[in-house]
Amino acid sequence: MSFITRGFSGRSRERDDRLPPGQTLVHDFPVLSAGPTPDVDTADWEFTIRTESGEHRWNWDEFMALDIEDVSTDIHCVTHWSKLGTSWRGVSLDTLFADVETELEYVMAHSYGGYTTNVPLEELLDGQAWVAFEFDGEPLDPEHGGPARLLVPHLYFWKSAKWVRGLEMMDQDEPGFWEQNGYHLHGDPWKEERYW
Amino acid sequence: MSDAAGGSTQVASPGAALRAVPRAGWHAATVAATRRETPNATRLELDVDGWPGNAPGQHLDVRLTAPDGYTATRSYSIASSGPSTRVVLAIDKLPDGEVSPFLVDEVRAGDQLEVHGPLGAFFVWRPGSRLGAAADARPVQLIAGGSGVVPLYAIAQAHADAGDLAPFRLLYSVRTPEDVYFADELRELVAASAPLRLDLVYTRRTPEGWSKPAGRITRKALEDAVIPAGERPLVYVCGSTGFVERVADWLVELGHEARSIRTERYGGM
Repeated sequence: MSFITRGFSGRSRERDDRLPPGQTLVHDFPVLSAGPTPDVDTADWEFTIRTESGEHRWNWDEFMALDIEDVSTDIHCVTHWSKLGTSWRGVSLDTLFADVETELEYVMAHSYGGYTTNVPLEELLDGQAWVAFEFDGEPLDPEHGGPARLLVPHLYFWKSAKWVRGLEMMDQDEPGFWEQNGYHLHGDPWKEERYW
Repeated sequence: MSDAAGGSTQVASPGAALRAVPRAGWHAATVAATRRETPNATRLELDVDGWPGNAPGQHLDVRLTAPDGYTATRSYSIASSGPSTRVVLAIDKLPDGEVSPFLVDEVRAGDQLEVHGPLGAFFVWRPGSRLGAAADARPVQLIAGGSGVVPLYAIAQAHADAGDLAPFRLLYSVRTPEDVYFADELRELVAASAPLRLDLVYTRRTPEGWSKPAGRITRKALEDAVIPAGERPLVYVCGSTGFVERVADWLVELGHEARSIRTERYGGM
């Protein structure tokens, strides 16, 4: 279903090929969270990957000693805004999973404050995802997920869990927080997988 | 509405969320009526073909299509709730907006719009305590900044319509008396049998004879106006990012449980 809206011409015709359908380019960085912003001190911060065989754990200093990458990427929020060419620094999930043995194929990301989101493991590896702690050359603001957030830019941005504290391997795909509250299980912006 | 990757709130069971909310879909909406809500906002009443009803607090997407196929889509909170196919929006005109100036200034009765929804299963409230079952009435504190009052008005109206016994308060921060959305309706809710207690904070200009000077809400004013943490209210906060961040941080400092605070932020578009 689609029809022309009487009197609407729209403003922008500089349609950028990097914008997925239904998205609008913004230059600020809007915020949406379901609750208060957690206050997480890097002194207490830990990141864990939990598998069927055990747990891999990094504190902040150990994390900072890992191989750190500069990432330039477009990001797309389900609420119809996109930012192009954003710059981040973080640790690739390939680095974090280098010594992790698992047969399980699905991941639940867990955040400080209780937020969760699900992503298949194969969509986190091969240069597709990071745990990012810098945005635009500055430490990541708490309201944007600082001290560290997941960055999975090829999926809608709710998958890039703010305040991430760990990944739990699962044998099947289970819905996380927004996925239980109306958002799509997968979330590919190019297919407009916004809602179920 | 914006960057959706976060929440410091416990997750409801998936079954509950799936059951509770009608499935979202695209619908043709006909504008039944428009009226000026505030100097900067318009109320749109839509008749939405096939609308499955919505819970108080939900939102929808509006998609506009230009003759050459160009489309623009934005999310708006819904000011109404229940099974009706009449859906009410109240839209604030953003200074550099592409969609909101069109909806606020150009749209008139009889126009058709495409809408997708209802959306969102978290920032919603449902009546729990009917007459005679006051024991489980969980108090509800609503806190609105500006146009953020829209979904909170929907919740307050649903509370009154249900005759729900839960104590309800709305703390509403607004620039001037003319900027109050749903002013008549809120007055009626204050006098209703399931009363709403309304606390207004004027940030730029107060009505004549108002007891407090105009100014941004302070932590003290928040503490004085909200249901105390000890009564374990469910708190809904909606407004600009700055407003919500400030208020939610204060609520946590005042002892409210993070998982009892639900937030919705109006982002920069």
